[in-house]
Amino acid sequence: MFLSAARTETLARLRDQIARIGHGGAPRSPGAIPFGIHALDHALSSGGLLMGCLHEVAGAGPDTEHGAAAALFLAGILARVEGSVLWIQQRPDLFAPGLVCAGLHPGRLVFAEAGKEVLAAMEEGLAHPGLAAVVGEFSDRLSLVASRRLQLGAEKSGVMAALLRRSRVFNDPELAAPSAAVTRWRIAAFPSNPPLPHAPSVPGLGRALWRLELTHCRGGEPGSWIVEACDATGRLALVADLAHGSAEETGRAA
Amino acid sequence: MIAAVDATAAQSGLYPGMPVAQGQALVPDLTVMEARPEEDAAALRRLAGWCLRYAPLTAAAPPDGVWIDVTGSAHLQGGETKLLRDLVSRLLVQGFAAHAAVADTPGAAHAMARFGAREIVVLPCGGQNAALARLPLAALRLPDATLDGLRLMGIEQIGALAALPRAPLVRRFGALVTTRLDQAFGRASEAIEPEFPPELIQARLTFVEPLLTAEAFATVIDRLIMTVCSVMERSGTGARRLDLLFERVDGTTQAIRIGTARASRDTRHLARLLKERIERIDPGLGVEAMRLVVPRADPLVPVQAAARLTAMDVEEPDIAPLVDRLANRLGPERVYRAAPVESDVPERSVRHVQAQEKAVGTWPADLPRPVRLLDPPQPVEAMALLPDHPPMAFTWRRVRHRVRRADGPERIAGEWWKRNGETRSVRDYFRVEDEAGHRYWLFRRGDGENGISGDMRWFLHGFF
Repeated sequence: MFLSAARTETLARLRDQIARIGHGGAPRSPGAIPFGIHALDHALSSGGLLMGCLHEVAGAGPDTEHGAAAALFLAGILARVEGSVLWIQQRPDLFAPGLVCAGLHPGRLVFAEAGKEVLAAMEEGLAHPGLAAVVGEFSDRLSLVASRRLQLGAEKSGVMAALLRRSRVFNDPELAAPSAAVTRWRIAAFPSNPPLPHAPSVPGLGRALWRLELTHCRGGEPGSWIVEACDATGRLALVADLAHGSAEETGRAA
Repeated sequence: MIAAVDATAAQSGLYPGMPVAQGQALVPDLTVMEARPEEDAAALRRLAGWCLRYAPLTAAAPPDGVWIDVTGSAHLQGGETKLLRDLVSRLLVQGFAAHAAVADTPGAAHAMARFGAREIVVLPCGGQNAALARLPLAALRLPDATLDGLRLMGIEQIGALAALPRAPLVRRFGALVTTRLDQAFGRASEAIEPEFPPELIQARLTFVEPLLTAEAFATVIDRLIMTVCSVMERSGTGARRLDLLFERVDGTTQAIRIGTARASRDTRHLARLLKERIERIDPGLGVEAMRLVVPRADPLVPVQAAARLTAMDVEEPDIAPLVDRLANRLGPERVYRAAPVESDVPERSVRHVQAQEKAVGTWPADLPRPVRLLDPPQPVEAMALLPDHPPMAFTWRRVRHRVRRADGPERIAGEWWKRNGETRSVRDYFRVEDEAGHRYWLFRRGDGENGISGDMRWFLHGFF
């Protein structure tokens, strides 16, 4: 899109007004967590993932059940904010040392095993403004009312709500059912590049790649990107050219 | 007459009911102490009060027992078995030798504690029928005369007694026999008359009309909390545990117990914790009185607000109220932080600590670890060149994954200082990526060369 600066400004102002109307006249929720990748932040219109909102993340393909990439994606986002995070699971299978690899350290995390009470426990957490975020892993059917309640809870306290949807069924249609989430993501694995681009025969594993799919975004544009998975500080990087090395290098050169 | 003997005396052949002179003849240097039943009873009541740490309803059961109604509070101690173990070991420290049992009915618990095979018995729900049948009649709390009469009839075990026709039994021995049987098997209810040491902070309200609705209970909770909190304020303490007792019209008592991670006398917070539990109460025909007891109160140090302002670093927001609410909803062992343990074995490198504790330390970020860990590791079929090549493909849940890229091995040796069987055992971990880009954490049990280090089978342990 090629918009003149004036038009972009007008659009931004209008979006702001719409957001105010949506929040009952209250000022906008307390800010956003940028990805630091222009394409993503631009697509989200708010410049990043909004705090005080509900975001839905799910895996894709065989990873729909375990949501490993989705968990790392969330951990990477939360690694870049301050404050405590409440992570609620139905049954515990999260491995805290793995979260550290995405930059989310145990000192900031409180875990809860909630069985069938994940949504209730999430609401409980969202009522507590001292938290930065509440993550809930949920594998059942999510009603529109339930997602609306989470969204309202997040709006009220300014705490970010993240639902990690899991399902035993690959690409479950339930995961695409209507929901009140402000953004909805699918995180799919993508074949990675050789660790040494100039010597593809050298064995080893380079940085993992993900296909991020923003399937729904209120006020923004859905899109799909191939990115390099979180590094130890939780940052993603765009893969500019799949054939040529790390995106960071090309990014710096540009 | 000897009233009671300790373990040493019992070994020397002494038993309760033996004349003292005979005992002194058996053991010349016997230490004899005058029995003081009143003091024993008072001590038992104090002990029952001490047991309030485990559950809201306790009562002395003279001459030698204590009732504890653990309904709905065992989870705060991590389960019934853990509760009993803790109870018996703490009593032992105080100098009491104790046996303990949990069962569906007070009668069955009484019998299992005194005649059960082990020091600690936890009967599963509905397990009393099978367990009681083999116990001697003496387990039924019947007078000696009745027991003698039944023994004359040739009945030794409870099972045999339960099989007899009831009417002739009642005619000959009175109604107590069948009542005790019914109480033990759960056909008749038996209420525990709870006791509260007078020094505990407590408040009680009685009602002219029995209360039935949750709204009415909520109003009463507010009033009780106000009273209790003002008492705590005077004594400078805060509640760590609160028991709310509903005394029903039919004479039974129901209870709610809540715990807090830190001493608190915040009326709104405490009231909210209690109100969330109201739905678990069955008011029956109505509740005629409610009592709020603070079995555990800790000193509450006032927080200095000024000190916080001068500190350079921003104080962490207090999440204790949230932890309390989650812990009371889900159980305290289900809300936790993860803390590192010095162990190379992945499943042992994490321990759970209380959410209140500030977790110290972290895991190295440069050591690749999966974000999901399978517990236990799941066997997969894999083909790999020995000794140290990653698999070329593996089959998990009947789906074959071709390995496109891999990294490894990372060798993790068994911890022989922890377990004998691990002296030579080894796991070789590989990170592998399949053709779709999914990353898996596989390991081979064994070093690929020596059979003693493992059986060379492959397992899937986690996902990245």
